[in-house]
Amino acid sequence: MATVTLKPIKVPDLRLEADNIKPDAFAGKKAAEIADLHVFCGNTRYSLGEFFEVTGEGGATAAETEVVIDGDVSRVKYIGMKMTAGSVLVKGNADMYVGAWMEGGTITVNGDADAFAGMGMTGGEINVLGNAGNYLGAAYRGDWRGMQGGVIRVVGDAGSDIGTFMRGGEIIVNGNVDVHVGTHQEGGTIIVKGDARSKVGGQMVEGDIYVFGDIEVMMPGFQHIGDVDIEVDGVSGRFACYKGDMGERHPRRKGETIYGKLYLKY
Amino acid sequence: MAEYLIKNGFVYDPVLGINGDKTDVAVKDGKMVETSALSNPAEIDASGMTVMAAAVDIHAHVAGPKVCVGRNFRPEDKLFRATPQAGIKRMEGGFSVPTVLKTGYDYARMGFGFVMEAAMPPLYARHVHEEIRDTPIIDEAALPVFGNNWFVLEYLKNQEIENTAAYIAWLLRMTRGFGVKNVNPGGTEAWGWGLNCPTVNDPVPYFDITPAQIVRGLIEANEFLGLPHCMHVHANSLGQPGNYTVTLDTLKQAEGIKARNEFGRDQVLHHTHLQFHSYGGESYASKSFESKSKEVADYINARDNITFDLGVVTLDETTTMTADGPFEHHLTELNHLKWVNTDVELETAAGVVPYIYSPKTFIAGAQWAIGIELGLFAKDPMRTFITTDHPNAGPFIRYPRVYKWLMSKAAREDMLDNVLKYGNTVRDRCYIGEIDREITLFELAQMTRAGPAKALGLAGMFGSLKPGMEGDVAVYPYNPETSGDPEDIERAFSHAQYLIKGGDVVVREGQVVSNGNKRTFWVDCKVNENPQVERDVAEKFKRYYSVNLANYEVYAHHYVPNPYVIEVDATQ
Ligand SMILES: [Zn+2]
Repeated sequence: MATVTLKPIKVPDLRLEADNIKPDAFAGKKAAEIADLHVFCGNTRYSLGEFFEVTGEGGATAAETEVVIDGDVSRVKYIGMKMTAGSVLVKGNADMYVGAWMEGGTITVNGDADAFAGMGMTGGEINVLGNAGNYLGAAYRGDWRGMQGGVIRVVGDAGSDIGTFMRGGEIIVNGNVDVHVGTHQEGGTIIVKGDARSKVGGQMVEGDIYVFGDIEVMMPGFQHIGDVDIEVDGVSGRFACYKGDMGERHPRRKGETIYGKLYLKY
Repeated sequence: MAEYLIKNGFVYDPVLGINGDKTDVAVKDGKMVETSALSNPAEIDASGMTVMAAAVDIHAHVAGPKVCVGRNFRPEDKLFRATPQAGIKRMEGGFSVPTVLKTGYDYARMGFGFVMEAAMPPLYARHVHEEIRDTPIIDEAALPVFGNNWFVLEYLKNQEIENTAAYIAWLLRMTRGFGVKNVNPGGTEAWGWGLNCPTVNDPVPYFDITPAQIVRGLIEANEFLGLPHCMHVHANSLGQPGNYTVTLDTLKQAEGIKARNEFGRDQVLHHTHLQFHSYGGESYASKSFESKSKEVADYINARDNITFDLGVVTLDETTTMTADGPFEHHLTELNHLKWVNTDVELETAAGVVPYIYSPKTFIAGAQWAIGIELGLFAKDPMRTFITTDHPNAGPFIRYPRVYKWLMSKAAREDMLDNVLKYGNTVRDRCYIGEIDREITLFELAQMTRAGPAKALGLAGMFGSLKPGMEGDVAVYPYNPETSGDPEDIERAFSHAQYLIKGGDVVVREGQVVSNGNKRTFWVDCKVNENPQVERDVAEKFKRYYSVNLANYEVYAHHYVPNPYVIEVDATQ
C-alpha cells in the first residue's frame, strides 16, 4: 500500500471541485504528477498542487493506493467521487459529495461530511466520525437511482432526506436524523439509532428502515403488522413492525405483495 | 458572398442521379451553382470523402413546452454531460433532451440543414418558436397538432371540409406553423374523460366522431388547401400489441385521394414512427408479441400516396414525450418512473416519461428489430425516412447508428448475437434475421435528403445539390471505396468533416465554427373569407380559452425574427 498525503496550503475563494482526489486518479503517479492534476474553482481550472502540498506517491493500482488528507477540507467537494478501490482518509471536515457514485474502497472522514455523501453509490464503505449532512446516500436530483450498494456509517447525526430513492446497501446513523428518511425507497436498509423527526418512509416501495429512538410524527401510510424480537447492527430488542407506504404501488413476487418495512424499537 | 468549390468527393445525389461519382460541387451566394459560375472560390478538398446535400429531418421533438418539461424534470439527463463553451460555441448539455444549443450543434455536426419540430401545441406556439429561434444553424419549422382540436372535431363531424381548411389556414398563420399534425386522432381528447380511442372506429366522447373520420377529413382539408406537406399522422394505439390492424385501417383513409399541390409532393398521408405501430400479438411477452412490419410495409409498397418514417428504437435511456396523453400514462404504469401530464385546453394534451430501452429485455430488442425491418422492407426509399422519433425511440444523435444497422447485415447480426439478451427470440418473433438487404449510400441519400425534402414540399430548396438549390452541403469522412467496417458508417456520419449551410461554412474539420443564420419556415395560406370560422373563433376564445385572441398569435418580430414564408393561395 502506497500513501499519498495532501496537506491543504490554501483555502479556496470558492468551493474547490476536486473529483481527482481519489485513489483511481493517483495510482501509478509520482507526487509531481499528482500535483499537476486539475481542480476547478468556479469556472477556472487550477492544478491540485496550488491548493495542496503533495507528498508520497500512488501505488500501482487504485487498490494499492491510500490517500490521506492532512487537514480540513470543508471547502473541497467531490472527494473520492466514483472511486473504485483503495482508501481515502480525511483528517478534518469534508465538503459535499464525498464518495458520490463510489463503487468500491473505503472513505473515512474524521470530522463532518456535508450534503450528498455517498450519493448514488454502488459499493464500498464510507465512515463519517462526525455528522453527515442532507441527502446522505440519496439520488442525484431527478434521478431514481439512489444508493444501490455499499455501507455508510455515521457516528454523529445526519441531516434530512437521507436514503432518498435508495435501492440497496446500508446506511447506519448512530445519532439522530432530520425529516424525510428513505423517501421513495425501493430496497436497502436504513438504521437510525437515535430519533427521527417525521416523514419516515414516505412513498416507500420496499426495503427496511429501523429506528431505535422515537419518530416524532409517523407517516399515515404505515400499518402495524406485529412485533418482532430481532438483532439489528449488534443491538437486540423488540421492535414494532409496520408495512407501507400503503399509498404507494407495491410489486408482487412469488404470489406475495412486497412492502417497505419500518421497525420502531420499544 | 462566399464561393466554395468542394472538390473530388464521392457525390451522392438521387435527384441528379449521381451515385458515388467523383465530381466537384459548387456553392455561390448561398445557393448551389454550376462549377463554371465560380470566379475565385475557396476550395474544400473532399477527396476520399462522401458528399451529399445536407440532411432533412421530417420528424423530431426538439423545441417547445414538452421538450422543456423533459429538460426541467430530468436534470439527471445532463449529469456529467455538459461541455463548456468553446470558441463561438456556447455551453452544451443533455443527452435525450439536449439544450437548444446542443440540438443545433449536434444536427450540424451530423450534416443536417433542416429539422421539422413534429408537434406544436397551438396555445404554446410562442414557446415553441422561442426555442426554435434559439436553436442555432439549422432551419426549422413546426407542425401544429389538429387531431384533437375542438374546432376540427366539430367541423369534421358535419363534414365541413372547407371550414376545417379555413380554420387550418388561420391557425397556421396564428402559430407560424407549417402543416397538419394529427396525434392519436380523437384519443387525446377522449383522455380528458379518462378514455382513449383504441381503434379508428371508436367515437370520441361528446364529439361523436371517429378517428377514421378525423384522418380522412384532415387529408381532404389539407388537399383542399394544397399545403406543401401532407396530413402527418401518429395513429391510434401507438405501442400496443396487435396495433398493426389499426395502422392499416388508418392508412386506408388515404385510399383514392390524390395529392393536390404546387410543391411537387405526391403523398397525401405521412405516417410517422411506424415502428411503434407495426406490432402483432396480444401482449409484450415473447410468446405472444410479434413483428408485423412486413404486413404494414407491403400495404405501403402497393400504394403511391403514402410516406412514412421509421422511429427506430436505439436501445438507450431516453425521454418519451408525446401529445398522446393516454399513452404516456400507460408508460408510467409500466415503468413507474416520473410522469408529467398536461391538458392544453381546447386543443391537445401531452405527457412525458423517462424510458429505458434495455437490450436485456425481449420487447426492446423486438422494437429495435421492427424499426429496422420497416426500412429494409420498404421498396421506395424516396417514401421511407429515417427517424428515431427523437427522443421517443432514442435521441437523434443516434441516426448514424441507425444508418449502420440499415446498411450492414453484419452490424445487425452482431446486435442479435452479442448485444440483445434475447437475440434468438427476436429472430423468432420478428423478420430481421431473414433480411439480407443492405441500404446503399444512394438509398441513404434518398431516405435522409431527397425523400423527406420532397415529402415536406421543400424539394425546390433541400435534398439535392442541383444548381439553384440552397447551398447546403455535407461532407463526411467516409470513403465508399475503402471503408469496410460498419463502425466507419456510424463514426463518419456522426462527425461531418464540413457542413456548408446557406452558403457558409458552419462545420469545418468536424468543429462547429459558426452559429449560422437559422430561419423559421412557416406556411401562409390564403383562403376566401369565412365568416362562420371567424365567428366560431371569436366565440370559442370568449367562452373557453384562458387567453384572449390578441395574446394568441405568434408575433413575427419577436418569436420569428428570421422567417422564411411559403405562400399558398387556396382562394380559387
Ligand atoms: Zn413524434
